[in-house]
Amino acid sequence: MIRAVPSRSPIPLMLLIAFLAVPAIAGASDTSFLIVMATRVMIFAIAALSLDLILGYGAMVSFGHAVFIGIGAYAVGIGAAHEIYDGLITFPIAILAAGLFALITGAICLRTRGVYFIMITLAFGQMAYFTASSLSAYGGDDGLTMWGRSEFFGVAVLNDPTVFYVVVLGCLVACWGFARALVSSRFGRVIRGVRENRVRMQAVGYDPYRYQLVAYGIAGMMAGLSGALLANHAEFVSPAYMSWQRSGELIIMVVLGGMGSLHGAVLGAVAYLVTEEVLSHYTEHWRVIFGPMLILIVIYARGGLSRLLDRTGSGADG
Amino acid sequence: MTATLLAVQVLNGLQLGVLLFLVAAGLTLVFGVMDFINLAHGVQYMLGAYLAVTFHQLTGSFFLAVPLALAAALVLGLLLEFLVFRHLYDRDHLDQVLATFGVILFLNEGVQIVWGSAPLSYPIPALLEGVIPVMDGFGYPIYRVALILVGLATAVGLWLVVTRTRVGMLVRAGATNARMVSALGVDIRRLFMIVFGFGAMLAGFAGIMAGPILSVEPNMGDGVLILAFVVIVIGGIGSIRGAFVAALLVGLVDTLGRSFMTDIFRTVLDPSAANQVGPALASMLIYVLMAAVLFFRPSGLFPAVGR
Amino acid sequence: MAEPILALEGVCKAYGALAVSDDLSMAVARGTIHALIGPNGAGKTTLVGQIAGQIAPDAGTVWFDGRDITRVPVHARSHLGLARTFQITSVLPGFTVLENVAVAAQAHAGHSFRFLRPVAGERALNDRAMQALETVGLTARAPMPAGALSHGEKRQLEIAIALATGPKLLLLDEPMAGTGREETERLVATLQALRGSVTILLVEHDMQAVFALADRISVLDYGRVIAEGTPDAIRGNPEVRAAYLGEEDAA
Repeated sequence: MIRAVPSRSPIPLMLLIAFLAVPAIAGASDTSFLIVMATRVMIFAIAALSLDLILGYGAMVSFGHAVFIGIGAYAVGIGAAHEIYDGLITFPIAILAAGLFALITGAICLRTRGVYFIMITLAFGQMAYFTASSLSAYGGDDGLTMWGRSEFFGVAVLNDPTVFYVVVLGCLVACWGFARALVSSRFGRVIRGVRENRVRMQAVGYDPYRYQLVAYGIAGMMAGLSGALLANHAEFVSPAYMSWQRSGELIIMVVLGGMGSLHGAVLGAVAYLVTEEVLSHYTEHWRVIFGPMLILIVIYARGGLSRLLDRTGSGADG
Repeated sequence: MTATLLAVQVLNGLQLGVLLFLVAAGLTLVFGVMDFINLAHGVQYMLGAYLAVTFHQLTGSFFLAVPLALAAALVLGLLLEFLVFRHLYDRDHLDQVLATFGVILFLNEGVQIVWGSAPLSYPIPALLEGVIPVMDGFGYPIYRVALILVGLATAVGLWLVVTRTRVGMLVRAGATNARMVSALGVDIRRLFMIVFGFGAMLAGFAGIMAGPILSVEPNMGDGVLILAFVVIVIGGIGSIRGAFVAALLVGLVDTLGRSFMTDIFRTVLDPSAANQVGPALASMLIYVLMAAVLFFRPSGLFPAVGR
Repeated sequence: MAEPILALEGVCKAYGALAVSDDLSMAVARGTIHALIGPNGAGKTTLVGQIAGQIAPDAGTVWFDGRDITRVPVHARSHLGLARTFQITSVLPGFTVLENVAVAAQAHAGHSFRFLRPVAGERALNDRAMQALETVGLTARAPMPAGALSHGEKRQLEIAIALATGPKLLLLDEPMAGTGREETERLVATLQALRGSVTILLVEHDMQAVFALADRISVLDYGRVIAEGTPDAIRGNPEVRAAYLGEEDAA
């Protein structure tokens, strides 16, 4: 588990090229399915990226991360229910609401550590889930259908799948760049230091709680953005977005791709959602296959996909 | 809000509390002794109920189905321990979370393949049908009373096992200091297997008992698992006594909150607002309780010594 | 007389019926190397914990640089000028040696809620870290991961980390524990070089090192200070010999 500052890996560039190629391939073969699917993958990649910030770099195993997606999605959905489609209003609200919820719940969760932290984030996730389910004015259990996507400067730019795709890709690149800067900054160094050795960091003068809380809030905001995008993508929001299974899936993405490398989270989101898509082609009960796969991966293949690719790709140090 | 209604809801709360205790007891022991976080504990509750469905169909008798389902739950629990869990004892919590999450995905989907996704049930045995009069002509179902009594009896039995027997002593010592126990020459693997099988059986028992009054359906274990987490976090991880107190507390708070929250808000808000706010807050109540407990006691009400 | 940098006043700490600190009082004068010795179970570890802030005393007061710090949390003590090393080596294993020290310097040079600028390029922090590494003789190891250092080097690194916080008092918890003869000599030389620039409270088992370094020695037994004085005075104190040095004679 020895990881210093993120090393130079070719994977981010490869991922960028792949994502840039999607509209061209989709355009050539006229499969709008591909572009819709890839949009969805990138939206979850943003959420996984935000989770990697706290899970991979901060060793905070949050089992309620999907809630921030849900809050972001509901901010857009509820806005739409009140005929507010202006993305310049709903997107900032989505991000801030998710961040605020992260700060409030984080203030309590981060008083605990280890398995308590896992369970409490899980419980707060359920709390938000049941609260959304009881919002009968906004569809309750059944969720809320939006009658249109967010508009920017009065134009419904997101209605065009390719434009939407480019917007999401832009968000993903921006989030990745921000996260990358963050982990190499003063702040990021403190977060990584607390992961390595909390007691040592206290002894040299840091109060870990404050830094972890801010990191938790930032991750919440980023996931809120992905939620706002997800609501637009599906034109629908539902409590299921914040179910604990969703939170579990986000953890799977991050661990599958390789924790604490940022691009690993993106890779994990791609791998998970593509696996889901492929397996569900064969059977609606695809989880019967995926469950044991996950167990085998945990038991036998550690370090995640990005480590595996880096090793086979360049023969660099493993 | 009459006294009768209150009494009935208190009994319902106790009944939920007792079920939660049966699930939480296994969870807290497994965690306390093995430092193992088992998300798949909820699906073991679900399996118990499904097994009871099958054995009830085969035998036509509730009282035959219960022991058969219990035995099968134990066997399946031990099988899971052998196939999956024992490879994870030395791993960090994140690995345990992921692998047991994989077990959940598999089993939740698996029961749909075997039993279908429609809700199933089996009837209350004739012996336990009918109601006990409470007051004003209102009655409370005998089966639910029996469930509370059986649950309490199990709790007492469990308490005796943990405080009075050799295995119980090792379990308590293990919860405090597992390394010391293994240093004493105890076969820790076997102890783990016993605790694990026992925990799986208790969760299965809760599912079996709940089958006739709740519908047996896929994912039925997920909600229970999370409530059980709330219980053991409030009670203090590794503490049977804490699990018992917290289970009853959570059962009562949740049930009473859902029954009376809206009425309480009607006294201060107009009815339509109360109808909105009441259910939303009622469903949050136990989490608020948990947050409050943790705020003042970060390791729960009865923290296991040494952890 | 100058005010002591550190003073303990009637400090008590008990675990159940066992009094680990028993109405304990002592003072460390500025600019000195003050050693704290005592047999196993004398309560040294608990005392270190109470000075560093990990353990809260049941009663009594801990004064540092003229302030009551009894209830001040660990991280805030660092900002008052108290730095420590750990009995069991405690570094950031995945960080480079340089970054281990730089992160300590960072805590004492501006705030750390800066999110975008790469910290690795901050000259001021790196310079300060290199300076601390030079003091302990680890400059050549700067780019290595700290986890790959030898045990003795990790001990040196801990001192560099502590120095990078710009301390007024260096609390060293058994720095020689588990080190070989040569490494011990290097540590002793390092501490000799620090004499005068920073006050040192040295909790140590290695008697040779203690008598080579200390200006004053306090002897702890059963949770209280049973003797205090110059190395010569302590060497000659019969009570100390009985409680403690007897072990050494027998060996």
